[in-house]
Amino acid sequence: MKLIRVKYTKWFNILRDGISRNNPIVVAVLGICSALAVSNKVENAIAMGLGVTFVIMASSLTISLIRNIIPQKVRMVTYMVVISTFTISVQAFLQAYFMQIADALGAYVGLIITNCIVMGRQEAFAAKNPVKYSIIDGFASGMGYTFVLVTVAAIREVLAFGTLLNMQVMAPTWERWVVMAMAPGGFFVLALLIWVVRELIHYYEKPEQTL
Amino acid sequence: MENIIEIIVSSLTDQNIALIYILGMCPLIAISTSVKNAKGMGYAVIFVVTLTGIINWPIYMLLKSTNSTQISLLVFIITIAATVQFLEMFLAKFSPKLYNAFGIYLPLITVNCAVLAVSLFFVNRDYTFVETAAYSFSAGVGWMIAIVLLAGIRQKINKFSNLPRGLTGKAIAFIVLGILSLAFIGFTGLSFF
Repeated sequence: MKLIRVKYTKWFNILRDGISRNNPIVVAVLGICSALAVSNKVENAIAMGLGVTFVIMASSLTISLIRNIIPQKVRMVTYMVVISTFTISVQAFLQAYFMQIADALGAYVGLIITNCIVMGRQEAFAAKNPVKYSIIDGFASGMGYTFVLVTVAAIREVLAFGTLLNMQVMAPTWERWVVMAMAPGGFFVLALLIWVVRELIHYYEKPEQTL
Repeated sequence: MENIIEIIVSSLTDQNIALIYILGMCPLIAISTSVKNAKGMGYAVIFVVTLTGIINWPIYMLLKSTNSTQISLLVFIITIAATVQFLEMFLAKFSPKLYNAFGIYLPLITVNCAVLAVSLFFVNRDYTFVETAAYSFSAGVGWMIAIVLLAGIRQKINKFSNLPRGLTGKAIAFIVLGILSLAFIGFTGLSFF
């Protein structure tokens, strides 16, 4: 009985929307840069996904707390400062405890700041909603992002290196698809993934009007 | 001098910031529906990237001399936001024609990762001031090449081809980008000297 009622609560809806129906990458096509650049290995993808999730949740919490005292005109700069503060802490954390991953991600950790998903959630949700829902929304968007990132990374890592999380999964004679480790592989895998997911959830873009 | 030419050529071709480093994707996908808009966005990006690269270099040196490079991210992003804001006000006041042409693209540039990435890359690569200026300008031009190429191809696709429903719009743009990126990888190893 209780399970059925959960379906109609607000937090459940927010969670479901973030992960599937409003998935930031597949439906809205935001935050692509980091999604493609770091998704050639699963461990990098997991680190990046968790980093972004943390930054979205923490900045949603902060923005939601101070949403009533931010002047309308300087709100963008305020978001920027909050987001970059948390990004710097993620960067410092990675450098302190996971030096190898920090090296592999390089400048892309810093680029969490300009990940449109983070900014988009602050503007669209955290600036208007109470703290507890903002945190759930941040978590859902972050998880939707991480899910896509890890899927793309798994496909690319298996094809490009024959490994999964650094464990050998393909036969040792596996001919490596070098292009999968480079930029074009990311583009192709993501395009096909978007296609598959859009067919599954029946979300289609209208054909663009050209001049 | 050879060094400068090498930086310029490589950031236009085999180190292209959009197609090889995959940066600035959100505006690249969103605005590449027509060549006209793509050009406008391209010019705005060249302008802002060059300006912020030149401004951020002395600021980074200042941070380095006071040993506080941890906060460089925060400082860079504030510089970029301030530059864009200032540019917007400056153009609105002194050159309304240019302002109308750039108008809608300028605010979007603050969240263009390519702009921040250029500032982070010159730090990683220890560029001198002249190298930084050359690199940031040519990175902007490289980004513009990518968006104009993509916009041209998408325009033709919309007119002449019959795509599966799920692939229309943004998904096909990624496939086109992948092919373009393959082509640009072909430039690897290019050298003049």
